[in-house]
Amino acid sequence: MRDRAEALILRRARWRPAEYVFWLLAFAALVLFPDRHLILNEIAILALFAVSLDLILGYAGLVSLGHAAFFGFGAYAAGLLAKHAVAEPVIGLVAAGAGAALLGFATSFLVLRGTDLTRLMVTLGVALILGEIANQAAWLTGGADGLQGVAMDPIIGVFEFDLFGRTAYAYSLVTLFLLFVAARRLVNSPLGLSLTAIRDNPLRAAAVGVPVNPRLVAVYTVSAAYAGIAGALLAQTTQFVSLDVLDFHRSADVLLVLVIGGAGYLYGGIVGAVLFRLVQDLLAGLTPQYWHFWIGLILVVLVLMGRERMTSGVAALARAGVDRLRPGAGRATKELRP
Amino acid sequence: MLTILFDGVAYGMLLFVLACGLSVTLGLMNFVNLAHGAFAMAGGYVTVVLLNRYNVPFLLALPVAFVATAALGLVLERTLYVRLYGRSHLDQVLFSIGLVFMAVAAVDYAFGSQQQFVRMPSFLQGRVEIAGVGVGIYRSFIILICGVLVIALQLALSRTRFGSQLRAAVDDQRVARGLGIEVNRIFAATFAVGSGLAGLGGALGAEILGLDPTFPLKFMIYFLIVVTVGGTSSITGPFLASLMLGIADVAGKYYVPAFGAFVIYTFMITVLIFRPQGLFARAR
Repeated sequence: MRDRAEALILRRARWRPAEYVFWLLAFAALVLFPDRHLILNEIAILALFAVSLDLILGYAGLVSLGHAAFFGFGAYAAGLLAKHAVAEPVIGLVAAGAGAALLGFATSFLVLRGTDLTRLMVTLGVALILGEIANQAAWLTGGADGLQGVAMDPIIGVFEFDLFGRTAYAYSLVTLFLLFVAARRLVNSPLGLSLTAIRDNPLRAAAVGVPVNPRLVAVYTVSAAYAGIAGALLAQTTQFVSLDVLDFHRSADVLLVLVIGGAGYLYGGIVGAVLFRLVQDLLAGLTPQYWHFWIGLILVVLVLMGRERMTSGVAALARAGVDRLRPGAGRATKELRP
Repeated sequence: MLTILFDGVAYGMLLFVLACGLSVTLGLMNFVNLAHGAFAMAGGYVTVVLLNRYNVPFLLALPVAFVATAALGLVLERTLYVRLYGRSHLDQVLFSIGLVFMAVAAVDYAFGSQQQFVRMPSFLQGRVEIAGVGVGIYRSFIILICGVLVIALQLALSRTRFGSQLRAAVDDQRVARGLGIEVNRIFAATFAVGSGLAGLGGALGAEILGLDPTFPLKFMIYFLIVVTVGGTSSITGPFLASLMLGIADVAGKYYVPAFGAFVIYTFMITVLIFRPQGLFARAR
């Protein structure tokens, strides 16, 4: 029995061919699209942010309307650190992640209690308070003008940031990849499995001996650290931080990213980030000032249609695409899949 | 000092009119409607257009704003909201955020992003001194209207047949359905009236709160505070919460302008942690 369970879990955790292809493509973009590195960098950062939200929303079932709190905290932490102390990016990344993790740990106790609605309000409230602090503490953060004068040293003293975002994209992508692998391990570990159990039914999870609250605190802290690192990446690669990083729009946008890509399988955040940026670019080209109208419309239509259907559609498309890539597998797949 | 208290009361009353519809929809259908502020904004813009373009008298524009927003609320409820009642809170939040984004962008497109000003009739402008306290005439007017509305709502809820059906539906929807109360129809009517009240509040508040396309986002948190602090099971809870919030906000902005916003948010979080069901509601 134990062996079977172990085999099942291990099989779930195994890397699939599609995943190798996916990451190879992501790294190949370094060479393939030399003039698109700036936007690719943004996509990688947004993807990391969405993966961080996926950890708490998709796996632990905690809804948050203020995830930008950690993103913004990480961005300001990295920006301030680079401005006043150490300008080496990796150190800044670690420091920002640790800071955001502390903040996440401290605020995680607020989301343990109450219903979805309470959680929405508390997370929103925390983000608003941080936004207000950043706005009022203008002597430190630059207030509405933004934090200027951030200059980064080369990464580990070797790789200098360039004007075209080549280093920036490579840096963000490597960070995203490493953290993604870690998150993938996490959700396939017993800890991750217990999280999905909590998401599906907290009462039953507690009954079979899962320590519900400590697990939620743990995943919330990890997720906050991820969001903080995403924010730090943005601050370091753009060398600028504005109040915008704590804005409500950012929390809402990342929710939308995750909804587009689908929550609960980690790749949703990345797929969603790619689609979101492409759609945003397209819409902003059509109606520069009013593109949020179309984003809103997409949200409404998505929810009315049913999010799950959309997600399974994307998943099916991805599977079909991969099947076509595999040599000679085009005919047999239909019978093989249950 | 008393002037601040007076302004705070006027502000609180206004918040109540704006938010009471939300508290009923949340209590009745457990629906998280973040787009409530969009209805308030709609009412505000209806008034501005009527006043500044068509020279409709202010007192006539107010009921028009109420009716127009109520109609808008009814249409949206029947066509869109009704599909989302059984869904998860996440879906409802996403849906209503989508509506807010659309409303903000659409109003920006139609009217521009600048502040809108309402031309008040002259008899509502100015201040008078009563016993040494400076009292704004328009704010007294707001207190008067909102006071009448509060009493009317309270009477409608406690004395009429519709009110008792509504309370029954809030208390236990399934039993109410079982007793033959048409909960869906009640909800549609309540949603329309709640939206209408929000529109009226937006019309009244355009002068005090300011009116621009970001209105729904700016005041969303205020409405939510009123509802969560006041609880959703009665009308007195949200009313007291609105008054507290109004006074605290005005006083905070006056005495400690740098920390005004913190006071409110911290207060909300504290209340939510210790009494997730609201300050004035019974625990279920």
